[in-house]
Amino acid sequence: MSILALIRINPENQGCANAPVLRERGQHEVFCGLTGIIWLHRKIQDAFFLVVGSRTCAHLIQSAAGVMIFAEPRFGTAIIDERDLAGLADANAELDRVVQQLLARRPEIKLLFLVGSCPSEVIKLDLARAAARLSTKFAPSVRILNYSGSGIETTFTQGEDACLASMVPVLPKSDATAGTEILVVGTLADVVEDQFVRLFRQMGMDSVKFFPPRHADGLAAIGPNTRFLLAQPFLADTSKALENRGARRVAAPYPLGIEGTTLWLQAAAQIAGVGHARFEMAIAAARQRASAAVARSRPQLEGKRIFFFPDSQLEIPLARFLARELGMRLVEVGTPYLHRQNMAEELALLPQDTMLSEGQHVENQLDRCLEAQPDLVVCGLGLANPLEAHGLTTKWAIELVFTPIQGFDQAADLVELFTRPLVRRLRLAA
Amino acid sequence: MQLTLWTYEGPPHVGAMRIATAMEGIHYVLHAPQGDTYADLLFTMIERLQKRPPVTYTTFQARDLGGDTAELFKNAARESFARFKPRAMLVGASCTAELIQDDPGGLAKALDLPIPVVALELPAYQRKENWGASETFYQLVRALAKPNPQPDRTGENTETKKPRCNILGPTALGFRHRDDVQEISTLLASMGVEINVVAPLGAAPEDIAQLSNADFNVVLYPEIANLTAQWLQRNCNQPFTKVVPIGVKATRAFIQEIATLAGLDADGALRGCDARASWYARSVDSTYLTNKRVFVFGDATHAVAAARVASEELGFTVVGIGTYSREFAREVREAAKAYGVDALITDDYLEVEARVAELQPELVLGTQMERHIAKRLGVPCAVISAPVHVQDFPARYSPQMGYEGANVLFDTWVHPLMMGLEEHLLGMFKGDAEFHEDAAPSHLGGAAMKEAAQATSEAIAQAAETSAQTMATHWGTDAENELKKIPFFVRGKARRNTERYAAEKGVALITVETLYDAKAHFGR
Repeated sequence: MSILALIRINPENQGCANAPVLRERGQHEVFCGLTGIIWLHRKIQDAFFLVVGSRTCAHLIQSAAGVMIFAEPRFGTAIIDERDLAGLADANAELDRVVQQLLARRPEIKLLFLVGSCPSEVIKLDLARAAARLSTKFAPSVRILNYSGSGIETTFTQGEDACLASMVPVLPKSDATAGTEILVVGTLADVVEDQFVRLFRQMGMDSVKFFPPRHADGLAAIGPNTRFLLAQPFLADTSKALENRGARRVAAPYPLGIEGTTLWLQAAAQIAGVGHARFEMAIAAARQRASAAVARSRPQLEGKRIFFFPDSQLEIPLARFLARELGMRLVEVGTPYLHRQNMAEELALLPQDTMLSEGQHVENQLDRCLEAQPDLVVCGLGLANPLEAHGLTTKWAIELVFTPIQGFDQAADLVELFTRPLVRRLRLAA
Repeated sequence: MQLTLWTYEGPPHVGAMRIATAMEGIHYVLHAPQGDTYADLLFTMIERLQKRPPVTYTTFQARDLGGDTAELFKNAARESFARFKPRAMLVGASCTAELIQDDPGGLAKALDLPIPVVALELPAYQRKENWGASETFYQLVRALAKPNPQPDRTGENTETKKPRCNILGPTALGFRHRDDVQEISTLLASMGVEINVVAPLGAAPEDIAQLSNADFNVVLYPEIANLTAQWLQRNCNQPFTKVVPIGVKATRAFIQEIATLAGLDADGALRGCDARASWYARSVDSTYLTNKRVFVFGDATHAVAAARVASEELGFTVVGIGTYSREFAREVREAAKAYGVDALITDDYLEVEARVAELQPELVLGTQMERHIAKRLGVPCAVISAPVHVQDFPARYSPQMGYEGANVLFDTWVHPLMMGLEEHLLGMFKGDAEFHEDAAPSHLGGAAMKEAAQATSEAIAQAAETSAQTMATHWGTDAENELKKIPFFVRGKARRNTERYAAEKGVALITVETLYDAKAHFGR
């Protein structure tokens, strides 16, 4: 089942830009894009995510979310049944009925996403048309958009990419005569956003906007004067959609760790014309705080060998941080998908000869992992306990997505996510 | 299309996984898109299994759909046979693969593997998890068991020969299956019954082949094993048990049933054995449990059993019973009749929530879903059934069945309640800062906020019922104040009874007198 291909490109480049990538095909032990709903529905506080799918979809989201049952979650599934499969016209009528029922129940919802799934894609249920049809019906109180979180098209965090990309066409058009506006793109914890806002203000950048917004009416205007900065590495389609609206990406590494955060903020500052001295002054206190906190943990991780299974596309920036700031050795860095352009700055910073893999053949990868016996394995929930039972120490990858880890003041928290499993093992062994 | 916020059961292929994961030497090749591997975490995280489920997913993607997904399946089956060396294979499709109609059974057959291959047809758009588990177990037994009209017991010494049974039904991810098997095995052994095979939990394909080599079958979980037991009865002449030994009385009836099937004397097994729970229930400190109003919801077997134990062994009053197992609706409806209530047959948790809010029970016995409903409504709750949660796999021994199971039920159901004397004191004295009417039971942390829960409860109850009748009446200030002196756990009911009484009597303004008139009218 595996298709192995070693691709070598451009050997002059530094870091890992020229590293070979092991491409594999086989069983993928990853979530599909529907999982993104778990954090997206918390981020946009008046949005509802309606998956149009099967019982499996409903079960997946519920299981991935553990049993964190909120008062009533702002997500649900319109479960397709046999009758819907028999006639598509009926399926559309059924979908309209379910949306009607849902919106009557939840009058506070301002933005409704119809989220496509594997079954809805396979039966070619046209959710774009459904969204347009329903939008007309419920305008102006509710806006209805659609995207696909299906496993046949998206892997885990690509669900957020698809969701944000679906919002780009409805972003208001910015004033063409206005000066450069900076937009930070990608879901960040509110606390992290607020920290970045404060740092930007200290540099005199008062109008930095964030996307996605916390409320449906908080959509930032965009246009050719927009320069956007990705806060998350998995936003390929969103980047493209923004570029189609004239916005341009500011190339930077991702704001993980001290180095990543500094370079990321610096890229924004340069666009805004902030002088070097002012930039340094604005970040000095936070960076120093972070450096001291990270330095304390370095002895626990230095020289330790880490293995990443593919999960969120955060693997490469995380590996870069762990290798460069904490002295960890990278055994293998797996990523579900490698977007060379959006990852170029990160790849350049990775240690040379890092073993990179893209896609997955989980059995082969487990063989490699068990053979290498790394000190720490970053992997999904399905693999963690079985690997622990093999005597390896693991870190659940999903926690790296659900925890605020970006920025200076989270750098130490990020380190702690990696030190804790090692400390725990030592403690229990003692 | 059905709007679903939370589901009680997963899709049927998860049921198949529960069978495969419970067994040894089996591998399940599942034609499924990327993402369906989430189901692995149910076993590795919720049940904390140390091994991965024996499942290979083909992980097809959109770009494969135009190409050869069938080839993908064949490769996956071939590779997993070579890697895992199973002694029997299950093949099937998840919901999406069902739509692309690749026919995993036919494809696997073409591979001509040297092991039995069982093709599963689990219609994902009609059926659910328990059905999938039942069907998978049935197909596996049909394929592997050697039909044998008479157990082959020749050559055994007729003097020392013991009656022999199989235990059917326990799976991976089952609610306390692990401990129930242990409890019932011990009970059977103490009766002098030999256990031939426990299946699916811990069974290998070779064990399934040996199923016919027993005199009868013990069905612990009818949702999973009834279909198989019926087939074994027809083809191997094995009768099977109908009593599910949950609670002291059912355990005694079970012993009786086993004795009959095994040709043993039941008296010996019944004598001298009892659960501590029986005495605890009779002890005077339990008097306050009398007529506690309880709402029961779960899979059919556990719901019916819990209602019976609640009513007959703890002296509670069953005010509502329901199940999400539509396949067993009849059994639950019948049980409901005995309590004079209507059974709630639904898999929509919002309906369950509305019913709980409306009934204002003093205790909810339900699943993890009802635990959340009860938490929201401020009602004590104990979990009696799947769907499971990590907490349903306790480190300690904690069966539901047999005598020890009855002890576990007593402890887990009584623990969430306010203790008797505490309840009395609350009824007598109000408004102490630490010890007040809205405080949670003192042994559960006391200070828990109940006001919000009460508001939620009343809002849901009002939304659930048509409040037309209450519109004509309103509450006087004195009556409102008097109402607040009634402890939280009965206040909602008092309010609604009073309003109902006022409406019936055409009273426009509810006074303190109306409140007490209503109390006398409805009694308790």
